[in-house]
Amino acid sequence: MNKAAKKRWEEQYRKSELRDAEFSSISGRELQPLYTPDDVPGFDVEARLGYPGEYPFTRGVHPSMYRGKLWTMRQFSGMGTAEQTNARYQFLLARGQTGLSVAFDNPTLYGLDSDHPLAVGEVGRTGVAVDTMADMERLFRDLPLEKISTSMTINAPAAWIFTMFLANAEKRSIPLAALRGTLQNDILKEYIAQKEWIFPPEPHLRLITDLMAFCADHVPQWNTISISGYHIREAGSTAAQELAFTLADGFCYVEHALRAGMDIDDFAPRLSFFFNSHLDFFEEIAKLRAARRIWARRLKERYKAKNPRSWLCRFHVQTAGCSLTAQQPEINVVRTALEALAGVLGGCQSLHTNSLDEALALPSEKAVEIALRTQQIIAYESGVAQVIDPLGGSYYIEKLTNDLEQEAEQYFQRVDELGGVVMAIEQGFFQREITRAAYQYQLALSRKKKILVGVNEFVNAGEAIEIPVLEIDESVEQDQTRSLDKIKKRRDNLAVQSRLAALQQAASGSDNLIPHLLEASRVHASVGEISDTLVKVFGEYRERPFY
Amino acid sequence: MASPHIKVIIAKPGLDGHDRGAKVVARALVEAGMEVVYLGLQQTPESIVRAAVEEDADVVGLSILSGAHLSHFRRVKELMDRAGLGDRLLTGGGIIPTKDQEKLRGLGVGRVFGPGEDLQSIVDYIKGWHSSHAR
Repeated sequence: MNKAAKKRWEEQYRKSELRDAEFSSISGRELQPLYTPDDVPGFDVEARLGYPGEYPFTRGVHPSMYRGKLWTMRQFSGMGTAEQTNARYQFLLARGQTGLSVAFDNPTLYGLDSDHPLAVGEVGRTGVAVDTMADMERLFRDLPLEKISTSMTINAPAAWIFTMFLANAEKRSIPLAALRGTLQNDILKEYIAQKEWIFPPEPHLRLITDLMAFCADHVPQWNTISISGYHIREAGSTAAQELAFTLADGFCYVEHALRAGMDIDDFAPRLSFFFNSHLDFFEEIAKLRAARRIWARRLKERYKAKNPRSWLCRFHVQTAGCSLTAQQPEINVVRTALEALAGVLGGCQSLHTNSLDEALALPSEKAVEIALRTQQIIAYESGVAQVIDPLGGSYYIEKLTNDLEQEAEQYFQRVDELGGVVMAIEQGFFQREITRAAYQYQLALSRKKKILVGVNEFVNAGEAIEIPVLEIDESVEQDQTRSLDKIKKRRDNLAVQSRLAALQQAASGSDNLIPHLLEASRVHASVGEISDTLVKVFGEYRERPFY
Repeated sequence: MASPHIKVIIAKPGLDGHDRGAKVVARALVEAGMEVVYLGLQQTPESIVRAAVEEDADVVGLSILSGAHLSHFRRVKELMDRAGLGDRLLTGGGIIPTKDQEKLRGLGVGRVFGPGEDLQSIVDYIKGWHSSHAR
């Protein structure tokens, strides 16, 4: 490297007048003006970069990546009743979406029925209401579940929402082995960020390992968990925290399953991940590449997985909801496009693009169509999908990938020192780190050290919000509670009682609970009835509020 | 004599778990010299007002992003009035459409803060309200 040439540039740079701005990432990472080979000294291309589809997978999880198969275009959706949501799924599939993704309403997310006192005013507002397997039937009517994969964003009651899904597949004579999809089912990040729990950690972890074991035998194509960083990032964390906390959760699930006596190669191939794609373009790409390398190394070297598929960090990406603005909402299309591009350049397997109106409401048809078309333009017009890991070898990207990996390792050590993820959660470690980062960012916006166009700069004074916003009618709650009532009257209530009793019995022991949940689901036991049954054995969790 | 300390309750009623805003506001108010009692999630109007009574709070701040704001604010205001806290400030933030903000003002709720609001404006609003409503 010509040292004199570099010194010459450094001289010139030092003499230049710079803009009055902070040259750091959105996470607060100081950035150099230029990256050169000096920033990746002794970079071992074979060991650190490798090839796509080969350990350590920095360049991608498959040998052919998007030349073989584009990422799945999977828009997270749900609203009102099962019929309304089904219509939205039909709309999206007709416009070229290639995977389904279910958003549930708040009561369902918390394991409550639509007629629960806490559900008042909440039914169908943030997603679709599901109370029994009958709602699964309505939700997936005329949709080819044996041909298309389905992702369900559900955590606390994931196991019994899943068995209701399975019961519906059985009713439609679809073999469970043919079902493809993902269950979010990641309780650790709930305590850390999304806040949708029912029981304390141990019983939830038991349900998760039960589901992993059940699927290994009966639903082998199903991703049993989507270990998530998205929500951690939305809560305000930095990129390094998102990366570290997500993978730390992953290690915790692996260790839990191993302690339960499972073989690593029996469950690890079906673990999957879910990351955010935020505004700072290059930091996000580097974060995703670092995730693959870190996970591969741990699974191979620490947990001694032998099956190469156990080493894979396969992930879904969603563009950052928290980056969207209510002000000048049309420009959210641009934010989403850049974030989506970063997700693709980072090698995601599946992608959701937010709609322009999502700072205000659930997406309208027009808005979600634009979001889907954004992915299609990236896939078919931009050319970025023609070449695998096109940014690999960039000094900046490789340095950033290295740095994020190092920062994550430092966090893993701190978590270990605290006694592991569950102990760290009880001590509020993650929660406080996240709130601190969120607060720093908010201060940076207040002081205009960070700019949010339309919000703290380039503001259109007195702007009126004019875009059409989706409204959820109050009749949804009445309709849903009426159907639930009818189902409770028509079903075989003796069978429901006896299956719930069997479930309660099994919960007090160490049997795998999934078959019992499936039995209860088949006879139309409700989400809330199952939650209540399990609460009797497991108790309810109450968090210590840290901020 | 009015307490030099402004005491603020911050709570999330109902099922909405999105607490980033509530926590960031809590930190900002503490930095501005106020005393914050952070109740956290899954509060009910009853539990919130009970805490307000126990703490003799000057301000109650609700964070609601789930769309259930009208019913929660209405109920909290009702309970505050009944408990003799009708002269305290009920404020908050989240995703609250403009037309609903007007309805809330009609109920006697103070200003509410939506997405993109500056932290300082929230601090200033509470300080301003407090100095013109000295107890």
